Amino acid sequence: MNETLRRLLFLPVQASTFARDLDQLHFFVIITTFIMSTAVGVTALIFFARYRRRSENQTTPHIEPTWWMEGMFIGIPLSFFLLWFFLGFHEFVRQQTPPSDAMDVYVQAKKWMWKFAYPDGPNSINVLRVPAGRNVRLLMTSRDVIHSFYVPEFRTKRDVLPGRYTQIWFNATTPGRYQILCAEYCGAGHSIMRGEVIVLKPQEYEDWLSSQKRGLVARQDGSPTELDFSPPLGNLVDQGKRIAAEQGCLKCHSTDGTRHIGPTWLDLYHRREKLNDGSFVDADEAYLTESMMDPPLKVVEGFQPVMPSFQGKISGPEVAALVEYIKSLQSDAVRTGPSEGPAYAPVRGR
Amino acid sequence: MRLSEADSQRLAGAAAPRAPSYLVDGTTVMSWLNTRDHKRIGVMFLVAVLFFFLLGGIFALALRMKLLQPGPFLIDALSYNRLFTLHGIVMIFLFLIPSIPSAFGNFLMPLMLGARDVAFPRLNLASFYIFLAGAALAIWGMVHGGADTGWTFYTPYSSTTPTQVFPILLGVFILGFSSILTGLNFIVTVHTMRAPGLGWMRMPLFVWSIYATSIIQVLATPVLGITVLVVAVERVAGFGLFDPARGGDPVLFQHMFWFYSHPAVYIMILPAMGVISETVAAYSRKNAFGYKAIAMSSIGIAFVGFFTWGHHMFVAGQSTFDSGAFGILSMFVGIFTAVKVFNWVGTMYRGAIAFRTPMAYVCGFLYFIVFGGMTGIALATTSLDIHWHDTYFVVAHFHFIMVGAAVMAFLAGLHYWFPKMFGRTYHEGFGLVAAALIILGFNATFIPQFLLGNEGMPRRYYQYPEHFQALNVASTTGATLLGFGFLIILIYLVVALRWGKPCAANPWGSKGFEWMTDSPPSTHNFEEIPTITQMPHDYRTHEPPGVIRVA
Amino acid sequence: MSHEESATPGFEGVPPELIGHHFDGIARQNEAMRLGMWLFLATEVLLFAGLFCAYSVYRFEFPVAFEECSRHLNIPLGTLNTVVLITSSFTVALAIHFARTDKRKASAICLVITLLFALGFLGIKAIEYTQHFHEHALPGKYYSSEEVKAPGAAMFYTLYFLMTGLHGVHVVAGMSVLSYILWRTLQGRYSSTYYTGVELGGLYWHLVDLVWIFLYPLLYLI
Repeated sequence: MNETLRRLLFLPVQASTFARDLDQLHFFVIITTFIMSTAVGVTALIFFARYRRRSENQTTPHIEPTWWMEGMFIGIPLSFFLLWFFLGFHEFVRQQTPPSDAMDVYVQAKKWMWKFAYPDGPNSINVLRVPAGRNVRLLMTSRDVIHSFYVPEFRTKRDVLPGRYTQIWFNATTPGRYQILCAEYCGAGHSIMRGEVIVLKPQEYEDWLSSQKRGLVARQDGSPTELDFSPPLGNLVDQGKRIAAEQGCLKCHSTDGTRHIGPTWLDLYHRREKLNDGSFVDADEAYLTESMMDPPLKVVEGFQPVMPSFQGKISGPEVAALVEYIKSLQSDAVRTGPSEGPAYAPVRGR
Repeated sequence: MRLSEADSQRLAGAAAPRAPSYLVDGTTVMSWLNTRDHKRIGVMFLVAVLFFFLLGGIFALALRMKLLQPGPFLIDALSYNRLFTLHGIVMIFLFLIPSIPSAFGNFLMPLMLGARDVAFPRLNLASFYIFLAGAALAIWGMVHGGADTGWTFYTPYSSTTPTQVFPILLGVFILGFSSILTGLNFIVTVHTMRAPGLGWMRMPLFVWSIYATSIIQVLATPVLGITVLVVAVERVAGFGLFDPARGGDPVLFQHMFWFYSHPAVYIMILPAMGVISETVAAYSRKNAFGYKAIAMSSIGIAFVGFFTWGHHMFVAGQSTFDSGAFGILSMFVGIFTAVKVFNWVGTMYRGAIAFRTPMAYVCGFLYFIVFGGMTGIALATTSLDIHWHDTYFVVAHFHFIMVGAAVMAFLAGLHYWFPKMFGRTYHEGFGLVAAALIILGFNATFIPQFLLGNEGMPRRYYQYPEHFQALNVASTTGATLLGFGFLIILIYLVVALRWGKPCAANPWGSKGFEWMTDSPPSTHNFEEIPTITQMPHDYRTHEPPGVIRVA
Repeated sequence: MSHEESATPGFEGVPPELIGHHFDGIARQNEAMRLGMWLFLATEVLLFAGLFCAYSVYRFEFPVAFEECSRHLNIPLGTLNTVVLITSSFTVALAIHFARTDKRKASAICLVITLLFALGFLGIKAIEYTQHFHEHALPGKYYSSEEVKAPGAAMFYTLYFLMTGLHGVHVVAGMSVLSYILWRTLQGRYSSTYYTGVELGGLYWHLVDLVWIFLYPLLYLI
């Protein structure tokens, strides 16, 4: 019964302790709604047929409802509404009150990514790992605008606000992977601000956590780097590629030449870009760095100044790695057509 | 019941000397633009809101076309965000809020009250031009970059986004003035302009609903005004009242915004309910069942509607106690609507129902408002809202009310009063076909959206995970049907305007008070102010409506 | 009220061009205009209510900063302004009284005095604003005053400038309304049979005064 109705109403699988209870109330409310609206519609149609006009100028009796009729019109729906409210509010209070034994994870949202940090261990971008069968509390804040943390399978959601912490808790029952969606409109990348909750079996979770901690310690002993919790350092280009993914650059900039929210990075290095004020700029290291720190200053024509500033959000070495990565993205390497002579831009003046 | 000589002559169809109808009393453009006649102002509002409805509808179709594909398709993310913002702003501020009150209300309320005009005719014209100015400013902002905030203007996004939010905020502020002035004018009109014998408990139900609406317009709109003004100041001067970086609270913005915008929902739906009360009674040839209950529930909605705004913020960071209080108050608002619905159905009981086009819309309306209203109750059931908040379930719910109910009522009213306004009739067959198409298309558009919301698709999504595609395609198909339906209406009504059969003063045999005078009425509405001696829609006798004068 | 017979019933000696074609008498029209004005005043109160609501929220959030900032405002000037406005309300009331008793000249003089008081109010407010500019006690991001450093001081000045600024706009609006009425009075439009215009203009001016009576203790005293 539960499963049939769930599928009929297109509800996602029930993967948290809230889901089943909420769905029961959902079925109750929606089925009543269906019955009532159909009943009213059908009654109207029956009246249309039964009391159709038989002659022009037909007169009708004057009918007033009795007081008990009006009382019924008020009383019956009101008792249903209040019943739903008390059932729902009971559940709502439960969802609003995290149990004291919950495991905490800190969540930071920003345009357009999720960052998760565990108090005693690793942090991660867009992937939240939690053990099954344990109460988890998320303490959430935003760095820019309002976002909303939403996992449909858990039937849970909460706005993430700048300047304050909000909390949410859940107890995931079924191991698996579930999508995190942003439910509060936050700009161009709102619909791709997605993450993933990976619910692990408790033992797997412990294994993952300890492996992460080992990695952490190993690196603390090694070279002093600002790049936290990363796998062993590769060359600058590989680092840049990883940073670009982590910082969310690739949500707006493609690396294969397609036009997206921002200009593509393919062949960007030393491209002559026309800006929206009509002037031209050479996309050299200086311009690329400036664009990360102060994006609205020089915007390429045809694009909107929507990129957030990364001033203070990425470090010097990270900028260098990103620039190196952009430099490496040259289509010449895969060019198939006949080769052409070098193109020179005429230098004016002097 | 005694009739004056002039009245009995007119009713007998004798060739009494008539004042020219308002449509031909002055035919220059200036005689329209500079008119003080509430009927002409009403018609100008009607033309304006229909234009904006068309505009908003085109935006909606563009959005639905994009959503055929889960990935980038047709338009880019920024254009999509602008489009849904403009769709919301145009439909809410330029169509739904002024549609029934400013167009039909202006035209019909003085007629129903037996008055020669509204209380302040010049203010009425000013309200129209303020509306145009606000609309022009908003449209200017849309053309020059547009806003991408959504119609809700949530801070801090709205105070930081680089798009053209400022002119649109200012436009909304100005539109608010138009709304306030219209509401003020109507309240005063109802209080002071009623014809002799027209006590409060004899007023047509449409007037009751417009009266309740006006109370909301007057009391809620200033709060929206100051809120958008502060956001506008924040954008140009960085005062930081809602900016968390400067100690401000973005949730305070939401409280102030919804303090207006929740009652605004009733500004849109209450007049629609008034239209339904009139059409049901007229086509059933029956007195309104539970007249007092319907009238008082309008006032009840206006009152309780002010205390439910917090149900938009169950997951936005307000306290659990607040959520509970707002949740339970929302349940009471639902009751008033339920009372109305049962009484409308009761009105049909033992009536003499003519199944004309408006009645088809009434049938759709009853179904949609019960379904839409009860899903609203479901959303106010705090815990269920957690899953549904900001998903397509909410989108479908308020479209059921705003399109399913409000637009159906608008169309019912448009057809019912078309002969009153223009003295011509439309083609009944086309009317019924279009109504069927619209009701069908509407269901096909928005029922999939309920399911999408259940499945967890958040609103305002440009790209979506692929498993949502089937339902999205279904919804777009429905939207196309809906679009065709509206197109048919547009065509046959324009045809009727020019070539429609001229009709009698009261083609429906209705006993609503607005039919006391000619169709279309003369500039001063009545040759002599009528004296009212009975309730509206009293069909116990064959007497013609209303024009009952004590000589 | 006049009891003389007039040509048209319900006009009570008022020139017909002052009555709209759609009203059946002056009593109806006066009732409509008064009700309209009271409703308009209600919308004005709600316009300010939004800011009062924001004020109470932030006062609750930053009690220390708000108290300190409030002490740094120029209380003597604020008090003087309060006195100026209350007196101007009195002169408007007098103007209505004189209009009602057919003393056109006295009525006009009272209106002029009111306008002068209003100008005086704006002048004193300008002096206060200049002081704030010198102290850099400005709203939001412009706040860099050395006087109060507690968090929330910038918010106080944001609210201070928004509220007094909006009130200032209303003072200017009220002045234009009173100037119009002054002009009409000099034209001899108002008399003991018809003085609704003066009465409504006076009502608006009382509202402007009333808002300040709430602003003054909230911003200066508590």
